[in-house]
Amino acid sequence: MAELTPGEVAAALPAAAGRPEHQEPRWQPAEAMRAYALIVRMWVRSTMAYRTSFVLTALGNLAATGLDFLTIVLMFAHIHALGGFTLPEVALLYGATSTSFGIADLTLGSMDRLGRRVRDGTLDVLLLRPAPVLAQVAADRFALRRLGRITQGVLVLGWALLRVDVRWSPVNVALVPVMLVSGAVIFGAVYVAGAAFQFLAQDAAEVQSSVTYGGNTMLQYPPGIFARDLVRGVTFVVPLAFVNWLPALHVLGRPDPLGLPGWLDFASPAVALLCCLPAAAAWRAGLRAYRSTGS
Amino acid sequence: MSTTAGTAPVIELDGVEKVFDVRRKTGTLRRTRTRVRAVDGISFTVPRGEVVGYIGPNGAGKSTTVKMLTGILNPSAGRIRIDGIDPTRERTRLARRIGVVFGQRTTLWWDLPLRDSYELVRRMYRVPDAVYARNLDTCVELLDLGPLLEVPVRQLSLGQRMRGDIAAALLHDPEVLYLDEPTIGLDVVSKSRVRDFLRGFNAERGTTILLTTHDLTDIESLCRRVMVIDHGRLVYDGGLDGLHASGESERTLIADFARELPPIDLPGARCVGVDGPRQSFAFPAGRSAAPLVAALAADHPLVDLSIREPAIEDVISRMYGATS
Repeated sequence: MAELTPGEVAAALPAAAGRPEHQEPRWQPAEAMRAYALIVRMWVRSTMAYRTSFVLTALGNLAATGLDFLTIVLMFAHIHALGGFTLPEVALLYGATSTSFGIADLTLGSMDRLGRRVRDGTLDVLLLRPAPVLAQVAADRFALRRLGRITQGVLVLGWALLRVDVRWSPVNVALVPVMLVSGAVIFGAVYVAGAAFQFLAQDAAEVQSSVTYGGNTMLQYPPGIFARDLVRGVTFVVPLAFVNWLPALHVLGRPDPLGLPGWLDFASPAVALLCCLPAAAAWRAGLRAYRSTGS
Repeated sequence: MSTTAGTAPVIELDGVEKVFDVRRKTGTLRRTRTRVRAVDGISFTVPRGEVVGYIGPNGAGKSTTVKMLTGILNPSAGRIRIDGIDPTRERTRLARRIGVVFGQRTTLWWDLPLRDSYELVRRMYRVPDAVYARNLDTCVELLDLGPLLEVPVRQLSLGQRMRGDIAAALLHDPEVLYLDEPTIGLDVVSKSRVRDFLRGFNAERGTTILLTTHDLTDIESLCRRVMVIDHGRLVYDGGLDGLHASGESERTLIADFARELPPIDLPGARCVGVDGPRQSFAFPAGRSAAPLVAALAADHPLVDLSIREPAIEDVISRMYGATS
């Protein structure tokens, strides 16, 4: 490489045109979605740099979650009902929570890496970009292989919907997609709140996993087989019961073990939105704490 | 270009402090809290277009200051304005006007070609096409990035990656460029390439540059102004010459004579070494060497002369010694 004198460097530079007009602040949620999409695109392209590896991990993911349901099928080879639920009924619960959790896990699942970013200081790089930090953290290391979990959930759900003995009234039909979306939002709120906690305790990802992965596993089974207090906990403390239990029980025409008012079966969307408020507040508080204390 | 070019300061700090609460385990459950003043009342301004070196020993508060200037950390007290923007309140607006290069932390995408990282910058910062094309052309030409654009970043050498990172920080036409150890780990040729580029870019575009470094050659070749921070306080702010003077540094005059002589008593200097026909004299860095040379040449058989400049490392370490 030849040495350049400043004069030569300056001569090679085109005359400075005016700096671009800097953009006015835009609507935050739209900016967040845009940044999220931009970063997800980069991660998907990065993943595709190792195409074979991606295909193998995606198939592995699908197989692992598939075996998960196989254990339930095997269980039903020996029993006729679990907590009074038939196999298609359990499959409905299983498919619904797997799909909801799968969506949240795909879109926000990498947020548990925030603690590591705080520890090694790479979060600072995200704070230098003109985009909301939450969107950047959510899109960080976006893992397309997690489509495997959604695929499996949707397949089980589809099979269950064909096999359950249910009168498909318009209300029941509408309740299914509402349940899936509300469930995804509730799990998403848990991810955001869990990530916010990692600003304070960088190794808190395990606590979050116990709620997300643990909650998902629990919701795959009928509520009747769990202790009452546990069911109360996931209804009123971390409202996971609204992910699938309450709406699914309505679809299946079964009473809930706590004897809750019937209108709660339709409350999932409202509960999901309510969950977003403390999650957003926790996130803001966590980010503020980080910016005032550093790592 | 802005109408205020060259007049209004683009970086303003007034009484800026940063206090950390450090919690340490002192027993199984017991923890003690200590308050650490990482930055303890720093005030300075940097006019548009200036290149400033910001130096100090490890833990002096350099990176904490840079983090506050870039909106990563909020100050505990004091006022910061970058191009009129309060970094605490308008982080994303600030982000569009600054470029940051961390020498030890790349912002490039590891598995993707270099060009993809630049495309992301273009979209995320909404850089107009013409501006993007112009800046990319400039950087590619002067940083010699042409053959690297389609290469995945993981295959680049450290020097190539650093050049790639500097380009990434400039594509959106920042007003202020922060460089944290930009030449760390680079070989001599890469270092001088980076320095030449920064000097030229500053001269042509008027981009304000704040540089933290341990490599004092960076400072000597780029900065007319140096700020030294130690224990969270600004202990020096001025030209390189003044830094030498306030560090009480000395230059060394090395004289070769025709034959071996006894140590010469030279007014205004002291003899610090005799090695055969060669003698060394130390004198204050602020003083001219001419009278000493004249005096030597008048009375002794002088054959050759050279002058060694003081090592800036010594100057600064003497300064740190004086303040701590």
